[in-house]
Amino acid sequence: MLLASLLVASFVIFGALYLAPGNPISALSGGRALPPASLRVLEQRYHLNQPFLAQYWYWLENALHGNFGVSITLQENVSSVIAARMWTTGGLVLYAALIILVVGIGSGVLAALRPGLADTSVLVSTAISAALPSFVAAILLITLFSVKLGWFPALGNGTSFASNIRHFTLPAVALAISSLAIVARVTRAAVREEADREHVQTAVSRGIPARQLIRRHILRNAAIPITTVSGITIASLIAVAAVVETAFSLNGLGAYLVQAAESKDLAVVQGISLVLVTAFVLINALVDVLYAALDPRVSLGSRAQ
Amino acid sequence: MATAVGVAARGATPRARNGAMALLRSTGVAGMVSAAVIAVATVLAVFGPLLAPYNPELPSLGLAFVGPTGGHLLGFDFEGRDVLSRLLAGAQSSMIGPLAVVIAAMALGTAIAVVAAWLQGPVDTVISSGLDILFAFPGILLAVLAAAVFGAGLTAAAIALSIAYTPYVARVLRGAALRERGQPYVAALEVQGASGTSICLRHIVPNMLPLIVAQATIMFGWAMVDLAAISFLGLGVQPPAPNWGVMISENEPGILQGYPLPSIAAGLCIVGVVIAFNVLGERLFEQAQAARR
Repeated sequence: MLLASLLVASFVIFGALYLAPGNPISALSGGRALPPASLRVLEQRYHLNQPFLAQYWYWLENALHGNFGVSITLQENVSSVIAARMWTTGGLVLYAALIILVVGIGSGVLAALRPGLADTSVLVSTAISAALPSFVAAILLITLFSVKLGWFPALGNGTSFASNIRHFTLPAVALAISSLAIVARVTRAAVREEADREHVQTAVSRGIPARQLIRRHILRNAAIPITTVSGITIASLIAVAAVVETAFSLNGLGAYLVQAAESKDLAVVQGISLVLVTAFVLINALVDVLYAALDPRVSLGSRAQ
Repeated sequence: MATAVGVAARGATPRARNGAMALLRSTGVAGMVSAAVIAVATVLAVFGPLLAPYNPELPSLGLAFVGPTGGHLLGFDFEGRDVLSRLLAGAQSSMIGPLAVVIAAMALGTAIAVVAAWLQGPVDTVISSGLDILFAFPGILLAVLAAAVFGAGLTAAAIALSIAYTPYVARVLRGAALRERGQPYVAALEVQGASGTSICLRHIVPNMLPLIVAQATIMFGWAMVDLAAISFLGLGVQPPAPNWGVMISENEPGILQGYPLPSIAAGLCIVGVVIAFNVLGERLFEQAQAARR
C-alpha cells in the first residue's frame, strides 16, 4: 500500500510534465527560448525521444539515486538545493510537532481531568484556534509579538542554532495552532471516555493512587485515538509548512517549491513534490505501525471500514 | 408482495423532509447565528462589488496605509485603495472558489461512494484501494503542482483541490451508502424489479442527504482556507483582483511598518466565515448522526 501510494504519486508528479500546455520542452524550459545546444541537452537528459513509460522509468531511477535534474532558474542541481533547505523545513515541522504534542495533548488531558474553569478555558481557546488558518495566525503573531512587543524576529532564518530557535518560534506556533486545537479536543474526548470506563472505576475503588491511575489505566488506553490524530495532523504539517515559510520568509523547501511553481521551474517542482509526498506517506505509515504497536488487537494492514 | 411494497414505501421516503427551516432551528443558537453569517457572506459575494463605496482596484499611492478616516472605516491598503471596498469586492472570489470545489468534490465523491457501495465485490475493493492510494496527496501540494503546470489562477487551484478532496468524501459517504444498501426497503425494491440506477438515485442518495449536506458545509470551510492559502502564496487569484487571501499577503509588508489593519481585516473576514461554516457543519453532522439512530 505504501509503495503503491508512492508509485502513483510519483507517476502523477512526472505526468504533470505532459499535462502542461505545449510540448514537454517548452514546459521544462518554462517558456524561455533556449539555444539549440541546450535543447539537445534537455532532450537527452529527459530521454524525450523515447516512449512515455521509458521516460518515467528513467526519471524515477534518477530520483531514487538522488538526481532530480537541474534547476533552470538557479542553474544548480536540484538535489543540492533540496539538501540545503531540507533542514529548515524539517526543523520547522519538528518544532511545530513538539508544540502540538506537548501543548495539545497536555491541555486535552488537563481539560478532561479537571472539569470546571480549566475545561471551559481549553474548550473556548481551542474553538478559536481551530479556525485560525496558519497564514492568518502568522500575521497576527507577527503583529503582536514582532512589531508591537519585539519579542521575536519576524523574518528570516537566523544564523546560529540559538537564533534559529528564536526565528523559528513564531512560524512553528503559527503552523501548530490549528492542529493543536484538534489534538487537544480529541485528547480531551478520549481521556474523558476512558475515565468513565468500568476498569477505571474499579481501580479507583481499589484505592490505586491518582498518578498511577492516570498513567497506567487511563492514558494507556486513550493513547490510541490520540496517536492517530496526532500522526495525521503532523503529516499534514508538511504541506502547510510551505505557507508558513512564505509568510515568514524562511528559506525552506516549501517556500522554494512555491517560487519554483511561480517561475515554472518544473524540475524543482517535481523534485520537491516527490520529497514532500514521500515524507507524508512515510509519516502516515509510521502512524499505522505505531497504532498496531499500541493496540495488540489491531494487526498491521487492516483498514478501518 | 404487499409486505414488500409496504416496506418499500416506508423506507423510500427521505427522512429530513420537515423542511429546511425546521432543520435550521434544530441546530441551536450557534447554528442559527452561523447560518446568518453565511447568509450575509453570500449576499456580499453576490452584490459586493456593487455595494463597495469606493473603487476597489484604483491605486492612489499617496494614500498608502493611511489609517481609518472620514468615510473610510478601515483605512487604506498598500496601494491607497479603500480597504472596506476591497473586502466587499473580494468576497466574490473568496466564496466562489470554495463553492465550486465543494460542488465538484461532493458530486464526484457521492457518485464514487454510491457506485462502490452498490456494486460491492471486486469493484468496491478496487475503488477502496484506489481511494486509499489517493490520500497521499495533500490538497495544497496538488494545487501548487497544478499552478506550476497550468499557470497560477483560481481555476487550476479549484480543480486541484476538488481532486484532492474527492477521496475523503467518497470514503465518508461509502460507509453511509453501504448502510443504506443494507436496508430492507432496498431489497424490497429490487424484488419489485427496480433498476440499480433508479434505486440509487431515487432512494439511496436522498436518504444520505443530511450527511451530504453536513459534509459539504464543513468542506466549504476547508476549501475556503486552502484556497485562501493558495492565493496568499500568489498561486491563486492574481493581484490586482481583490481577494481576501491575496489581501493578506500583499499587505503583509505593512505589518512590519506598523500598519497591520488591512492584512488583519482580510484575515478576520476569512476566519469569521470559516468559523460559521465549521460550527454549522458540526451541528448538521450531529443532526445527521442523530437522525440515523
